[in-house]
Amino acid sequence: MAASAVFILDLKGHVILFRDYRGDVPIKHAERFITKLNELEEAGKVTPIISDEGVTYLYVQYSNLYLLIVTRENVNAASMLLFLHKLREVFVHYFNELEEESLRDNFVIAYELLDEVMDYGYPQFTEAKILSEFIKTDAYKMEVQARPPMAVTNAVSWRSEGIRYKKNEVFLDVVESVNLLVNSNGTVVRSEVMGALKMRTFLSGMPECKLGLNDKVLFEAQGRGGKNKSVEMEDIKFHQCVRLARFENDRTISFIPPDGNFDLMTYRLSQNVRPLVWVECTVEKHSRSRTEYLVKARSQFKERSSASNVEIFLPLPPDAITPTVRASQGTAVYVPEKEALVWKIKSFPGGREFLLRAKFSLPSVAAEEEPHGRMPPIKVNFEIPYFTVSGIQVRYLKVIEKSGYQALPWVRYITAGGEYEIRMA
Amino acid sequence: MSGDGKYFATTKKGEIHELKEELRVLDKSRRKDAVKKVIAAMTVGKDVSPIFPDVVNCMQTDDLELKKLVYLYLINYAKSQPDLAIMAVNTFVKDSQDPNPLIRALAVRTMGCIRVDKITEYLCDPLQRCLKDDDPYVRKTAAVCVAKLYDINPELVEDRGFLDLLKDLLADSNPMVVANAVAALADIRETSSHNLLVLTNQALFKLLRALNECTEWGQVYILDAISKMQISEAKDAESIVERVVPRLQHANSAVVLSAVKVVLLQLPLISDEAAVKALIKKLGPPLVTLLSEEAEVQYVALRNINLIVQKHPEVLSHEIKVFFCKYNDPIYVKLEKLDIMIALANERNIDQVLLELKEYATEVDVDFVRKAVRAIGRCAVTLERAAERCINVLLELIKQKVNYVVQEAVVVIKDIFRRYPNRYESIIATLCDSLDSLDEPEARASMVWIIGEYAERIDNADELLESFLEAFPEENAAVQLQLVTAAVKLFLKNPQPRAQQMIQLVLTYATQETDNPDLRDRAYVYWRLLSSDPEAARAVVLAEKPVISQGTATMDPQLLSTLLGNLSTLSSVYHLPPSAFVTRAAHTPAPSLDNGALRERTTTDDGVAAAAGSSSSGPVSDGAPSSAAAAAQPPSSSSLIGDLLDLDISDPSPAAAAAPVEELVEVMSPQNGKGLGIKAGFSRENNAPVFLLQLANTTQQSLDGFMVQFNKNSHGVAPASQVVQVPPLGPGETAGASVPLTTNPALINPAANPATIQVAIRNNQQGVLYFTSPFKPDILAAPAASPVDDNFFGL
Repeated sequence: MAASAVFILDLKGHVILFRDYRGDVPIKHAERFITKLNELEEAGKVTPIISDEGVTYLYVQYSNLYLLIVTRENVNAASMLLFLHKLREVFVHYFNELEEESLRDNFVIAYELLDEVMDYGYPQFTEAKILSEFIKTDAYKMEVQARPPMAVTNAVSWRSEGIRYKKNEVFLDVVESVNLLVNSNGTVVRSEVMGALKMRTFLSGMPECKLGLNDKVLFEAQGRGGKNKSVEMEDIKFHQCVRLARFENDRTISFIPPDGNFDLMTYRLSQNVRPLVWVECTVEKHSRSRTEYLVKARSQFKERSSASNVEIFLPLPPDAITPTVRASQGTAVYVPEKEALVWKIKSFPGGREFLLRAKFSLPSVAAEEEPHGRMPPIKVNFEIPYFTVSGIQVRYLKVIEKSGYQALPWVRYITAGGEYEIRMA
Repeated sequence: MSGDGKYFATTKKGEIHELKEELRVLDKSRRKDAVKKVIAAMTVGKDVSPIFPDVVNCMQTDDLELKKLVYLYLINYAKSQPDLAIMAVNTFVKDSQDPNPLIRALAVRTMGCIRVDKITEYLCDPLQRCLKDDDPYVRKTAAVCVAKLYDINPELVEDRGFLDLLKDLLADSNPMVVANAVAALADIRETSSHNLLVLTNQALFKLLRALNECTEWGQVYILDAISKMQISEAKDAESIVERVVPRLQHANSAVVLSAVKVVLLQLPLISDEAAVKALIKKLGPPLVTLLSEEAEVQYVALRNINLIVQKHPEVLSHEIKVFFCKYNDPIYVKLEKLDIMIALANERNIDQVLLELKEYATEVDVDFVRKAVRAIGRCAVTLERAAERCINVLLELIKQKVNYVVQEAVVVIKDIFRRYPNRYESIIATLCDSLDSLDEPEARASMVWIIGEYAERIDNADELLESFLEAFPEENAAVQLQLVTAAVKLFLKNPQPRAQQMIQLVLTYATQETDNPDLRDRAYVYWRLLSSDPEAARAVVLAEKPVISQGTATMDPQLLSTLLGNLSTLSSVYHLPPSAFVTRAAHTPAPSLDNGALRERTTTDDGVAAAAGSSSSGPVSDGAPSSAAAAAQPPSSSSLIGDLLDLDISDPSPAAAAAPVEELVEVMSPQNGKGLGIKAGFSRENNAPVFLLQLANTTQQSLDGFMVQFNKNSHGVAPASQVVQVPPLGPGETAGASVPLTTNPALINPAANPATIQVAIRNNQQGVLYFTSPFKPDILAAPAASPVDDNFFGL
């Protein structure tokens, strides 16, 4: 049911910090964790949840640390792992960087936080912003004694009262990232769009917000399907500030936002979209030791849009020697540590095609044990501003606060390459 | 910037003494620095308990940070200094009445973490107040504190009526208080015989209302509690579903998974088929979205999806593509995805799946490649109409001549032959081409089986077998067995001189020169069959084999439904019922026993629970801290507070209950024990030493005929009877047993480790398992003997 203790270990498995919540798993188990982990790693059987002598270890690795929960009970595994990620976020919020040294330098605060985020092994409160209102670092020590902010136990646990801004503004970025998997024969195996509405709010008081989208389900319910262009989102996830029951009822997105940055919602579309940037790589093997790549990159979106910061990672064999590259646009360099040629194109207008030719040699004597296996896939990064694949539109963002101020909403759209993999032939 | 890291840098020699000095200075900031140094020393594992009084002296302060540090110190060391811990009580009680809710809550929270009787006693009044505090922050902390107290002293909680107060909090106006009250009740229920969450309709709706308003973690507690409730009315199920479905849109994946669990549990109660269908359709997209989470969470989600699609394949039958592996997926994610791909493969999507699997079979990670090849085989075995396409893919892979791919392919093709006899033998020639590259026993054995089975269709079967036979004595046992059988098959099918010669050679070796009894026995059987009645031999050896079943091992439906009721929990990740791995160390009423030792509380096993001292009934529990308790903590006359306690620890307990309370330790996990989990320990029953066993059967079959034997040990201890008195153990069942012990000087092995005993246990189904059990010789002594210091034997 609950975590027994939380440990933070260095990569060698030494305990840097721990908090024992239930006292039923002695510290020696944490010290054994790394041995067990290495054992499993060697056998190729490692998983994020491991069990040893009746103790379950749930862990997350971050920079040079392991965040580890131990328990003897049937805990909610998803909840515990997510808690570790939240704990990591809280620490990062406090220490800017979370690694061994920053943790040691802040161990007093870290203990205070561990006391507040979990009680008797049950996750309690993990909103970093609200926590920092009553657990302060040395630099911001308060004159008066801290009290628990209302938000800790309120229904609105993500926002404190009494926030003031001279200028009330909301920034809303609609970011869609395209995940694509193309097979070595050039067919699209799967494509999906992961969208996110990223908000930055600078609003005073307790503002009530209402967001309108061209949501197909909503339009159909209102009988305005047909003409209006609308999007059908397959699955939507909301920040905890959004009233879910209300959305389920009438598709209204209403909420009191947290202060500052957060993801208001994420959504997914798995309709088949035409790949925005298409890359084809023909491999010509002239001899055992000489290989040539002929790469075509094509932008398959409208001419009035333009992709920026396009990066195409072309994998090379690890033992490639002296690659020479010629590109019709942009620059291409060999990055040995990534075992890839990186082709960068600053600006890639729609409906265009660029070429790249790369030659390289391989050692003429093959290694004794020829490494088996195909090359990693080609990966592509890009950004297309003022464009969304789905056609999602923010129709309105209303902000109502009892003081009656006018808030300015700013909306931007952008599409980016996500997990964009094109398998090499 | 020089942070608090400097506190870790301390001089080694005389450190404790220095700290003591520093803690006594008057200057506040220097004193705080000293406490920080103490905590730093504690963090790196130094024992700073000797300065307990000096640290506790710093407790009364307005400096909240300093107070928290001292509290932290108390949590860690109060147990080792129970008599001095009483010094802290005054401040605690005072703090619990502080005007600042943060300090009130802190005091109660910390007191609950100190497992010392003397503190616990004083906790009751503050706790009672805090449960009714005006501030919700204090109430939510107090709610959890009831569970802490119950773990230390259940009678106290019941006597003071805290359970009822806790239940009242379920109707609290504040959602976080409700959530923590639910979590606390669920926690208590794990170790208590009361069913604390029998809920009236009204209470259920209050929970559902709180669900909308509490934090993400609170939502998980409420959903998980609802999933454990007995819902029997269709209309209750419907209103639960109505309130829970919106949670599928929550950004926190744990909320989503728990919501899925609750919805799935209500489905059987809903009679409207269209509604059920609509619900099932709603579950798919949120499950798919879980696959864009952090890899660790994906892993939990995939293990859960694996279960869900076994029961409701329609939830994700059109989504197979989302389980295609990404290049950078961690290997544990890839392997889970592969399993789900196999489960979802059907005749419509098999071409896509095969194309994908073929792609994986050329990747770099050898384990993944092997599993991909096995997956192709499993698809062939399950999907009859796609079998041929699967075989073609396998043949293509074999032609690439990558050693481990070929070996794996041969193994799965053997399975395909067994599933579809006499259909695809044309490919044998291709297999024979790669004969020389097979060096793994399983692949070699498979190949030999194929040659023997189809000897009449392979022109040079005799030559091929001969090539294997050259190295017969060095072969792995599995290959040897197959070779014997294949040679006999060849001879029966084609009794020419060469085959006869071969069989004589093989049987001679197998009967005379091997140490392997299986091999020898099999060879003798064949030999006698062949020499007495070749027709009978033919009937036996060449008999038609039963066609293997549909391949994928399906899970026992009862286990599956248990696991589905535990979605999102470890049980659903391990695919084991909770009883198979939960080793919750239980509270006994004697906290002094708790030196971090693991005492076992079994909720399933009455026999063991009785031996360990059931805490549910007052008098027994009061008697339980017996000689062992007295040994661990000699009654201290110096402490006045001892007299205030309900349990008089110096009182000699009745002889009948004088068994040292011994812990059961997991000596074999189900993973290591072929599915049998074993916990064991030594104790005394009726004034005689016994060996306590708790057996958990997580296999799919029932197990019986348990017997036990000890290796020679330094005490000459042995079971009085080898038979373990335990009924046949069905799948998923757990049972306890106690085996009476005797001592026999003939069985003494002075060289053995005195702290352990090697045990062998066997049953009719699984054969023999070995484990080592920790042993404390004091169970051999009668309880009248002077109490022995536990630590002496614990060394």
